[in-house]
Amino acid sequence: MKTLNLEAGPTDERAPAGPAAPAPPRRKAPRNRTAWFLASVLALLLASALSICIGGQPSSLQEAWHALFTPTGNVMDVTIRELRWPRTVLGICAGICLGLAGTLVQGHTRNPVADPGLLGINQGAALAIVAAIAIAGDLPALAQALLAFAGALVASVLVFMIGSAARYGATPVTLVLAGAAVTALCSGLVAGIVLLNDQALDTLRFWQVGSLAGRTGVLQLVWPFIAAGVVLALLNIRALNALALGADTAVSLGISVLRARAVGIGAVTLLAGTAVTLAGPIAFAGLLVPHITRAITGPDYRWLVPVSPFTGATVVLLADTAGRLIARPGELSVAVVLAVVGAPFFIYLARRKRLQTL
Amino acid sequence: MSTPQQGLRARDLSLGYEGADIISGLTLDVPDARVTSIIGPNGCGKSTLLRGLGRLLNPRSGDVLLDGIPLREHSTRHIATRISVLPQAPTAPSGLTVADLVSRGRHPRQKWYQQFSASDERVVEAALEATDILELADSPLEDLSGGQRQRAWISMTLAQETGILLLDEPTTYLDLAHQVDVLELVRRLYREHHRTVVMVLHDISLAARYSDHIIAMKDGAIVAQGTPSEVITPECLLEVFGLDAHVVAEPTEGRPHVIPLGTVGAAPVHT
Repeated sequence: MKTLNLEAGPTDERAPAGPAAPAPPRRKAPRNRTAWFLASVLALLLASALSICIGGQPSSLQEAWHALFTPTGNVMDVTIRELRWPRTVLGICAGICLGLAGTLVQGHTRNPVADPGLLGINQGAALAIVAAIAIAGDLPALAQALLAFAGALVASVLVFMIGSAARYGATPVTLVLAGAAVTALCSGLVAGIVLLNDQALDTLRFWQVGSLAGRTGVLQLVWPFIAAGVVLALLNIRALNALALGADTAVSLGISVLRARAVGIGAVTLLAGTAVTLAGPIAFAGLLVPHITRAITGPDYRWLVPVSPFTGATVVLLADTAGRLIARPGELSVAVVLAVVGAPFFIYLARRKRLQTL
Repeated sequence: MSTPQQGLRARDLSLGYEGADIISGLTLDVPDARVTSIIGPNGCGKSTLLRGLGRLLNPRSGDVLLDGIPLREHSTRHIATRISVLPQAPTAPSGLTVADLVSRGRHPRQKWYQQFSASDERVVEAALEATDILELADSPLEDLSGGQRQRAWISMTLAQETGILLLDEPTTYLDLAHQVDVLELVRRLYREHHRTVVMVLHDISLAARYSDHIIAMKDGAIVAQGTPSEVITPECLLEVFGLDAHVVAEPTEGRPHVIPLGTVGAAPVHT
């Protein structure tokens, strides 16, 4: 059959005057999304500058520039190059991962309160760390990070396998249920181990509070996983747009739902697994960032996916910097700051007049 | 006219979800370039059949054939250029505009490296125009009335440019005026372009009004099919729905119209 011409219909045959048409809804000017995209890049640059300049001994932008590009080895140079710059880079990477993972997990589950932790990733990482310490004794930070990564991967693969064992393959519902089951199992085992092993408990106490402090050195090892996760996320964009209309409509539009879900869950696993490896569990970032991004871009994943890494990195850096400001001379960890901000945000979501659907 | 190889057909088709088959051994030739309605009581398998025809549900045995080739041997993307399916009461994310929704109908014809092309743009605009919602293009879907929203979804299936459209209860949740509006639209668009429509409808009189062909189903099997006046008879209504009814000719086109009297087995309304 030839391509069908839609304009060809005789226009004299009008559909009968249907129901009294209500006043057409007011037309919204299309958002200027390119401008918003640039704004999100700018926001990240600003947040990075703040993160580099603010600390126990604040520095000016000139000092920061001096330290990064023409260092002479003075105290501020060393502070910035050895402490604040690596910490900022770490925050950016963790933010990219959490922002993207949150966007993807909410897109696939069509659930506005979904978060990457749903797939058992954080508890899987915790279990791997405490189990290894219970068996092998104290471990260096790098080994802990790699264990966290392995644990996160195993947990999410397990969740995906259990979720796919249902008759019709992995659906958002079976994945969330499998995630809850694996999370419960892992937390139970973690609780059991730390009851019997003080060293594991001590490690867990520090690790469990997501933080950007003193966690450098891992990034050089795991950055390829971030890159792979970003690529998978970008490949998933069109499928996400179709899946947003429901799985049935997505199939009707020619999407292979199983493949799209596998790509999406793969990306979430890599990204959220890397985030927990880099910074420990940071609750709320994966939940907040997609909402902030949607408010900027609207529901189109062709914009949501590219913008969410920038908003994610901005949010994590701002929270980390705020934590350093609030609790001077000590600091609040990024996860604590985000939880304090995140809880009221949940209330705001619940109290909105119109519940958001994805 | 088409050769017997063309079009959409079911051969010895069995479908089900869990437990027993809902449909078993069903054979059907969907009439080409006609509007067909499937009617039947709740749970008779009419939506299941539609899902099977649209490969939303894979056959347990038997086949659905598109141009003589089983659907499972076509890629899902190729099928998407031939068949569009509109599920019952579809949902879209908050903030999605009408134009965004309709544009997504172009998906099967786009490659991942391609931007939305000028020809895509034209097709989307034509689809919006054909469904009379061009001026709503930039409105968020949730601001529309139920009838307008259904027009937007139908517009999306138009943008898909398929020869076959499957609609699962397209009038659900609509008041009578909007139901008529949607059915008029479907009939006008698809008759004019000699396209095939299969829809599941609850209202027998509306099905008679807007269809060329009626399929009556009961317990997962086809009980009768043919033109509305062939199928919608008091005998058939009694057999399929257990409904005691008069069938009269409606005054405009003389199509059958159902006047229900009561259900068989229920307490008699009068003696």
